[in-house]
Amino acid sequence: MSKEQIKIALAGNPNSGKTTLFNAFTGLKQKVGNYPGITVEKKSGKAKLSDKYNAEIIDLPGTYSLFPKSMDEQVAQQVLCNNTDEDYPDVTIVIADATNLRRSIFLLTQVIDLNMNVVLALNMVDIATKKGILVNVNLLSEELGIQVIAINARKGNGIESLKQAIIKTIDEKPKKPFLDVTKIFKGVIEKANEIRGVENNYASFLALCRQKLSGEVLNRCALNQLCKQYEIIPERIQAKETVKRYKAIDKVIFSCVKKGAPVGKHQFTKKLDDLLIHPFFGYIIFLLILFLLFQAVFSWSAYPMELIDGLFTDLSIWTANAMPKGMLNDLVVNGILAGLGGIFIFVPQIAFLFAFIAFLEDTGYMARVSFITDKLLRGVGLNGRSIIPLLSGAACAVPAIMSARTISSWKERLITIMVTPLMSCSARLPVYTLIISMIIPADDFLGFNLQGLVLMIFYLIGFVSAIGAAYLMKFIIKSKERSYYIMEMPSYKIPDWKTVIYTIVEKIKVFLFDAGKVIIAISIVLWFLSSFAPGKKFEQIEQEWSGKADAEMHIAADKLEASYAGIIGKTIEPAIKPLGFDWKIGISLITSFAAREVFVGTMSTIYSVGDDNIQSIKERLKNVKNQETGEAFFTPAVGISLMLFYAFAMQCMSTLAIVYRETKHWKWPVIQFLYMGVLAYLSSFIAYQILS
Amino acid sequence: MQKLANLAIGTKGEIRSISDSDLEQKLLEMGCTPGEKIEVVRRAPFGGPVAILVSSYVLSIRKEDALKIDVKLLKDE
Ligand SMILES: Nc1nc2c(ncn2[C@@H]2O[C@H](COP(=O)(O)OP(=O)(O)OP(=O)(O)O)[C@@H](O)[C@H]2O)c(=O)[nH]1
Ligand SMILES: [Mg+2]
Repeated sequence: MSKEQIKIALAGNPNSGKTTLFNAFTGLKQKVGNYPGITVEKKSGKAKLSDKYNAEIIDLPGTYSLFPKSMDEQVAQQVLCNNTDEDYPDVTIVIADATNLRRSIFLLTQVIDLNMNVVLALNMVDIATKKGILVNVNLLSEELGIQVIAINARKGNGIESLKQAIIKTIDEKPKKPFLDVTKIFKGVIEKANEIRGVENNYASFLALCRQKLSGEVLNRCALNQLCKQYEIIPERIQAKETVKRYKAIDKVIFSCVKKGAPVGKHQFTKKLDDLLIHPFFGYIIFLLILFLLFQAVFSWSAYPMELIDGLFTDLSIWTANAMPKGMLNDLVVNGILAGLGGIFIFVPQIAFLFAFIAFLEDTGYMARVSFITDKLLRGVGLNGRSIIPLLSGAACAVPAIMSARTISSWKERLITIMVTPLMSCSARLPVYTLIISMIIPADDFLGFNLQGLVLMIFYLIGFVSAIGAAYLMKFIIKSKERSYYIMEMPSYKIPDWKTVIYTIVEKIKVFLFDAGKVIIAISIVLWFLSSFAPGKKFEQIEQEWSGKADAEMHIAADKLEASYAGIIGKTIEPAIKPLGFDWKIGISLITSFAAREVFVGTMSTIYSVGDDNIQSIKERLKNVKNQETGEAFFTPAVGISLMLFYAFAMQCMSTLAIVYRETKHWKWPVIQFLYMGVLAYLSSFIAYQILS
Repeated sequence: MQKLANLAIGTKGEIRSISDSDLEQKLLEMGCTPGEKIEVVRRAPFGGPVAILVSSYVLSIRKEDALKIDVKLLKDE
């Protein structure tokens, strides 16, 4: 028997647990978290419903209604309101947060009125029970005329019943609407149906409300004419309908939901909020949390990092001895292993960073930070919601920029997108760490790890410059659009540890494999470029030095300089000399445009070519001498200049690509690349000139 | 009648009307319908947003938007 394939869409309010259910259904691991607006694009996955049915499940961004206010909500509306959309579902599951039933049912009844086949999944019943909220599922099902299934998406309870319910719904006939718009707006809906050529009262109503349903452009004129004829103001009918709908919903809620006394510690969220969004302590705690993060990233990960570094050094020595001497040995040890060691060593730090961010996201703290920072951020042309992209930009700018979709004002969203890459992302961490460990002593300062403090200062520099850049753009980018900050504050939840751990493992994998691939490729290319030279250059050098003192060392140094890599580096050296960089750093800067993480590997490869002593990266770089003075090359001036360059420069192709995708214009990534580049060059220049 | 923005934390009331059509649109669909009971639960410092409890969830809105919301005060039962 061949299987039937059906499409299922998951719709519901933000933060109601759609993605959690999606993951339970499909076994995939899309991102979940405890604040509204995690999912910002549709994602699809496969699930088996029964022996007869297979399903393609589409997870949608959360929305409060079919009147979208921001881009993520628009994505959901596109799929639900347009039966020619490729993802138009056969069955829609609306997920309702049982603690928030009144608001959840609003969207549900809109979907019912679009004549869709709907099942209601009642989620978060566990929390509702604790709060003393009792929902009469059978009565609710009767009142709404659809099947209602209580589930716990986190634990995966109720999924089987939900599957049964979906199958029963597939072939259902259209039911009577929950709210009959033809009765409220007599005559006009039928006319709108005629113009649109479809028999769908509610869809026609939405079209009359000037909702941008696709394909409506053609009918726009005729519909506007109709509005004029009936003296209809779209905003007014939308408001009127919303109020009527809520009146009808209130009746249902009144009969189906009973509120008893809360069980246990329902005051938890309130008590915690007294502290976390306290007018004074709220900010202190926020800073303290960030401070703790950097201490953790530096001190706690120091030990595992040393361990990994030692392992790689041992592995290199072992490989160098085990393999026959020659070119291949050199390529593996000085090219590949040197490059890979430069990335593996940062796994502990990345793990701490992502663990922290995942924890903040899953507890519900993000919405609080957004609440206490809205006023400040507005002053610089951003929005309270911008803090979420900014903070998650500390992990990676790519998802962070996408999460700006929840900001409804285009100007605020654009500025958020433009400045988010200034936040120091995890790819800068290796660069910072390496340089800090060379130029800053591992002392304690007032009882804190000094290196951790310096790291925090660099993250602050990123944040402050993002705010400054936003402030300037506020005056440059013009817009008359009004901006809003309307945000639900979810109650705190204990993080789902499985999810947090999974996120960390996943991020490390991406970090290692995605960056690893690039690094191996670049290490190999780089090794070739630095091991060969045009013409007979190398032979000349060997002849020149043969028999003289310290011949080997001089030969290696001169060979590198004469090699292809040396030629490239030397070409750009004049431009970066004022920043305190030599041609070897120049090569690293170039390779960093593939990805910033490559920096450490490149440095490590360049400095190990021709060096027969196998050392850890840090040792190797510490021993580099300035050719002119004979002192250590990495002075504080060079180090700080280099860190500033990495803090500001836009060296990430993926970010530029996502900025193009989100803004739909090449102008923005170009401007971003240029302004960040200028900022990087100038700040490095000034810092080096002052410090040296 | 009072403006929501001027209410102290802990004040309870009933939404009467929202005097801005664009804002009204957005708040209505989130359940802030006329007659709905609300309570002011938080106020961010420096004239930041106001958080209200409405149909059993906490919603935050900007202060100047809260100025456009008329509220009828309710006596504590
Ligand atoms: N206690 C409890 N928590 C749940 C349940 N289902 C989901 N959650 C949690 O609720 C939060 C929100 O879940 P998500 O799946 O990200 O919600 P979403 O609807 O996809 O949210 P958006 O993508 O922002 O629209 C997460 O912290 C989940 O772990 C449940 O049944 N019980
Ligand atoms: Mg989601």
